[in-house]
Amino acid sequence: MPDRPLFLERASFHRRRLGDAARVLPILAALLVLVPVWWIPSQVSYAGGAVWIFGLWAGLILAVRLLHRALLQAEAATARASETPEERRDAL
Amino acid sequence: MPFEALLATCLGYVVLMFGVAYAADRAAARGHVRWLDHPLIYTLSLSVYCSAWTFYGAVGYASRSGLEFLTIYLGPTLVFTGAWWGLRRLVRVARMHHVTSVADLISARFGKSNRLAAIVTLIAVIASTPYIALQLQSVRLSFEVFALNAPNGAGRDGLGGTGLWVAAGLAVFTILFGTRNLAADERHHGVVTAIALEAVVKLVAFVALGVFVIWGLADGPLDMLDRISRAGADPELAEGWLLKPDRWTALILVSAAAILTLPRMFQVLVVEAADEERLHVAGWAFPAYLFAMSFFVLPIAVMGRELLPASANPDLYVLTLPAAQGQNLLALLVFLGGFSAATSMVVVCAIAVATMVSNHWLVPVWLALRRIPAGDEADDLRGFVLNARRVAILAVMAAGWVYHEASGGTAALASMGLVAFTGMAQVLPAMLGGLMWRGANRKGAYCGIGAGLVLWMTMIFLPSVGVGGDLPVPAGMDPWTLAVLLSLVLNTLAFIGVSIFGFPDPVERLQGLSFVSAVEPIRHSRMMRGDDRAEPLLAMARRVWGADPALRYFQAEARAQGKSGYLPDLTPSFLTRLERRLAGSIGSATAHAMIDRVAGGVALTVADLLQVADEAQRAKEETQRLEAAQAELTRTARQLREANDKLTALSVQKDAFLSQISHELRTPMTSVRAFSEILKDPTLTEEERGRFAGIIHAEAARLTRLLDDLLDLSVLESGRAQMTVGVANLHDLITRALTAASATRPERGFLIDRDLPTEHLGVITDADRLLQVLINVITNARKYCDADHPVLTIRVRGREGGGAIIDVIDNGSGIDSGRQSLIFQKFARLNDPARAGGAGLGLAICREIMLTLGGGISYLPGQGGAAFRIVLPPRPPTRAGGAEPLSD
Amino acid sequence: MQLDILMIEDEPNIAEAVRFILSREGWQVGLHPDGAGGIEAIRAARPRLVILDLMLPNRSGAEILAELRAADDSTLASTPVLMLTARGQAGEAASGADAMLTKPFDNADLRAQVRRMLA
Repeated sequence: MPDRPLFLERASFHRRRLGDAARVLPILAALLVLVPVWWIPSQVSYAGGAVWIFGLWAGLILAVRLLHRALLQAEAATARASETPEERRDAL
Repeated sequence: MPFEALLATCLGYVVLMFGVAYAADRAAARGHVRWLDHPLIYTLSLSVYCSAWTFYGAVGYASRSGLEFLTIYLGPTLVFTGAWWGLRRLVRVARMHHVTSVADLISARFGKSNRLAAIVTLIAVIASTPYIALQLQSVRLSFEVFALNAPNGAGRDGLGGTGLWVAAGLAVFTILFGTRNLAADERHHGVVTAIALEAVVKLVAFVALGVFVIWGLADGPLDMLDRISRAGADPELAEGWLLKPDRWTALILVSAAAILTLPRMFQVLVVEAADEERLHVAGWAFPAYLFAMSFFVLPIAVMGRELLPASANPDLYVLTLPAAQGQNLLALLVFLGGFSAATSMVVVCAIAVATMVSNHWLVPVWLALRRIPAGDEADDLRGFVLNARRVAILAVMAAGWVYHEASGGTAALASMGLVAFTGMAQVLPAMLGGLMWRGANRKGAYCGIGAGLVLWMTMIFLPSVGVGGDLPVPAGMDPWTLAVLLSLVLNTLAFIGVSIFGFPDPVERLQGLSFVSAVEPIRHSRMMRGDDRAEPLLAMARRVWGADPALRYFQAEARAQGKSGYLPDLTPSFLTRLERRLAGSIGSATAHAMIDRVAGGVALTVADLLQVADEAQRAKEETQRLEAAQAELTRTARQLREANDKLTALSVQKDAFLSQISHELRTPMTSVRAFSEILKDPTLTEEERGRFAGIIHAEAARLTRLLDDLLDLSVLESGRAQMTVGVANLHDLITRALTAASATRPERGFLIDRDLPTEHLGVITDADRLLQVLINVITNARKYCDADHPVLTIRVRGREGGGAIIDVIDNGSGIDSGRQSLIFQKFARLNDPARAGGAGLGLAICREIMLTLGGGISYLPGQGGAAFRIVLPPRPPTRAGGAEPLSD
Repeated sequence: MQLDILMIEDEPNIAEAVRFILSREGWQVGLHPDGAGGIEAIRAARPRLVILDLMLPNRSGAEILAELRAADDSTLASTPVLMLTARGQAGEAASGADAMLTKPFDNADLRAQVRRMLA
C-alpha cells in the first residue's frame, strides 16, 4: 500500500501541531490575563473588566475542551495508522 | 428559622456524608471502582480548592478590592490550560514513583532525602494551621448568623464550643475514612466521593444564591452590570477596586503555585488520581467549576452593599443577604454549602498533612530509635504507621482549633488564606526545577526551600500573627507583593545557583533522570538471582501491608518471572517495583532505607550509574515488540529450565525412592527375622520371650503401615482414589484433627490460636481425606516446632466464589527457603534424615490428596515459622485427577 | 573394662537384637545410637570391632568409616569394621569396611562373621 506511510506521517504531524497548540495556549492565556491590567488598569477594574475577564475565561474553557477532544482523536488516529494490517488482524 | 432545626439539618447532613463515604469505601473494597474512578468525581474532588475562604471570603474580598478576588481562580485556570503537557506529566511521574505527598515528591526527586521532606512538612504544618483555623472560624460565624436571627436567641450560649465540636467531628471522619488501610497507593475512595458530593452542594448553593440575586433582587444581568458600574463609580470604593498590576500578577502567580503545592490540592490532584487520563476532562471541567463559583461573587457583593447595613460583615453577605430577604430555605442551603466548603477542605488537608507528618517525622524517628530490628521480629510497622497518622490527624485538628481560639478569629478571612498560599509556594521552584531540570540537586533544593521558608516566616507569616512590624517598602509598592516576589525570587536564585555549583550523588542523578524524562527508574542491585534474601523482603512487606496483600504481591511478581511459589528473584526491576510500592505506603525515603537494610544496601557508584544509564539507553532503542518478545522468551526459557530441572530431579528421585523403599522395608524386616530366630532358643526366660514377641508384633505393624501409605500414595497419584463427597464444617474437622494430633509429643504444651467464628464454614469435600491432611500438618507442627513456647495458629477464610483457605502456622524456626520445595516429595524428611516417626510420606500424601480434592497445599514463606496453606475449591472436581492444581 | 564391640545403629530394635545375639556369645557390646558423635564414641571406647549401620541420622556410616580410617592413631585407624547395609546401597558406600552384612541377616551369619573378625 503506497499511501500508508503518507497517512501515518500526516496523522502524527497533525498530532504534533495540536501538541504545540497545547503548549502555546497557557502562555497566550497568561498574556491575555496580565497585559490589559498593566496597560489600562482603570478600564478593566470595573463592570467592563468583569465582562472582559468572564468572556475570556469562558473562551479559554471552550478552547481547552476542543483542544483536548482534538488531541484525543489525533492520538487515536496515529495509533490506528501505526498499526500494521497484521496486527489489526491479530487484535480481532 | 429555629436554631434547633438548623442544628438538626446540619447533623443530618453530616450523617449523610458518613453514609456516602462508607458506601463508597465498601464499593471500592468489593472492586466496584468504575464509577468511583470517573473523571467527573475526580474533577469535583478538585473543588476542595474552594474552601470556606472562597465560599464566604470571596464576596468579602470582592466588596473590598473589586475584581482582584478573581486572581485566586485565574491562577489555577492558567495551570489547567496546560493540563495536557504539564499536569499530565506531573501526575504520571508521581504515580510512577507512588508519591504520597508533595514533601514525598521533593524527597524522592532529590535522592530520597527524608530531611528535605521533613522541611517541606514543616512548611505545610505551619501554613495549614491558620488555614484550618479559618475554616473552623467560618463555621462558627455562620452558626452565629443564624443564632442572632433566632427569635428567642436560643443556642447563643452553646456557640463558644462550635469550633471544638466541628474539629472533633471532622477528626473522627478523617480518622475513620482516611486511615482505614495502608494501601500501596494512598487512595481514599470514601473521602473523595463524599467530597465530590460536597462539591455539588457548594456549587448548587452558590449558584442558587447568585440566580436569586441577579433575577430575584436585580432586574437581570444588564441591570446587574449597571449596578456594578455605579458601585465602581462610588469614590468610596473606586480606590480599592482599581486593579494594581503588580499585585494582580503576584496573586495570579501565587495561586497558580498553590494549586500544585498546597497539601490538600496535591492530595486530590495527584495522589488520589488513578492515572493521568482523567485530566483530559478535568482540564476544562475544573476551570468551568471555578468559573461558576466566581461568576456571582461580584453581583452578591454589590447587592449586599446596597441592601445591607454598612455595619454588616462583607465576609458573611452570602448568608445575611438571603436571610435579610426572608429566604430562609435559601439561607439554609447556603449555610450547608459553606459548611461543605469548610469541612471538605479540613478533611483533605488533615489527611495530606498527617500523611506527611507520619511518613516524614514520626516513622523515620521511630525507625531510628528502634535501631535495626531483627528480620523475624514481630513488630507491626503497619499498625504503627496507621496510628501515627491518626495521632497526626488529631494533632493537626487540635492545632487548628487552638489557633482559632487563640487568635479570637478577628483577622479577615482573605489574609489567612493568602498566608498559606505564599508559604506552600516556596516549594514550587524546587518542584518545577526537579521535574524539568536534571541539573537540579539536593543542596540547591535545601537552600532554595530554606531561604524561602525563612523569608516567608519573617515577612509574611509572623506579621500575619502580629509578630514584628511591616517591611520598609519603597513608595508606591505593595508590601505584600514585595514580600512574595522577594521570597520567591531569592528562593529560585538560591536553588539554581547552588544546583549549578553542586554535584549530585548517584541516587539523585538516577532519580533526576527518571523524573525529568518520565522513564521508569531502575534500582541498582548487586544481589544475584537465586539469592534467598527474597524471604526477609517478604517478611518486611508483610509488616507494612499485612500478610495477605504481601503474599499476593510476591506471588504475582514470581509468576511474572515465570517462577512458581512466593519468592521472586531479586532482579533490579523487581526491587524497583517493590520499593516504589512500599513508598506508596510509607514514603520514598523510608522505603529506600528499609529495603537497603533488609537486602543489604549497595553504595551506588558513578560507574554503576553509567552502566545503568547505558542499559536504559539501550532498552529505549529496542522496539516495544522486541522487548515483549524478549520477555516472553525469557519467561519460556525459565519455564523450560525449571521443567528440565524438575525432570532431572525426578529421575534422581525415582532411584532414591527405590533405595528408600528398600531401606524402609528392610529395617523392620531385620528385627522381625532376628527376633523370631532368637525366639527358637529354648533357654529364654518367659519375660524375654514376651518382650521379643512384642517387638516382632510392633515391627510387623510398622511394615503394614508403610505398605498402606505406599498403596495410598500410588492410588492417589494414579488418580483412581475414591472420594466420598459430602458437606463438612471446617470447625469440626479442625477440632477433630487437633484432638487426633495431640497424641504426638503430648509433653509439648502447645498454645492453639484459633479464630472460632470464622471457622464455621461449610465446605463440600471428602471430609475424611481433608481430616487426614489436617492431622498430618498439625502433627508435623507438633513434631518439629522448636519454639520454647510453641504456638499453633490456625486461620480459616472463605474464598471468593466458594471454597476455603486454611493456614496452619507455628512459631518455630520454619524451613529454609532452599528446602521448601523439597518437603512435599516422597521420603523427604528434613530435620532428622532417618527417623521422624513415619517414613516421610506424610506431606507427599497430603499434596496428592489436595490435588485429588481439586485444591492444593503449599508452604508459605516469611510467616515467622513453618506455615502451610491448604486451599479448597468450592467443590471437588467431578473426575478425580482431572483438576488443575489450585493456588490462592 | 574394655569393650569388644561398639555398635553404631539408630534403630533400637535392631540394636537390641544384635546386642542380645552377641552378648550370648560372651562379648561385651556397647551402643551408640546416632551418626553424630560416632567417631568420638569409637575413639573413647577403643573397641576391637565396630559394627556400623550405613543409614544413620546426621552422619552416614560411610562418613564415619572414612573418618576412622583417616585417624592419626594407626591402631585406631585399623580397627576392623563390619558394615550393616540394606542391599542396593552397599557398593561404593561401604568401601573400606572389612566386612559387610546385608539386612535382614541370619543370626548365625552374624555370629560367624563377628567370631571370624575378632579371632
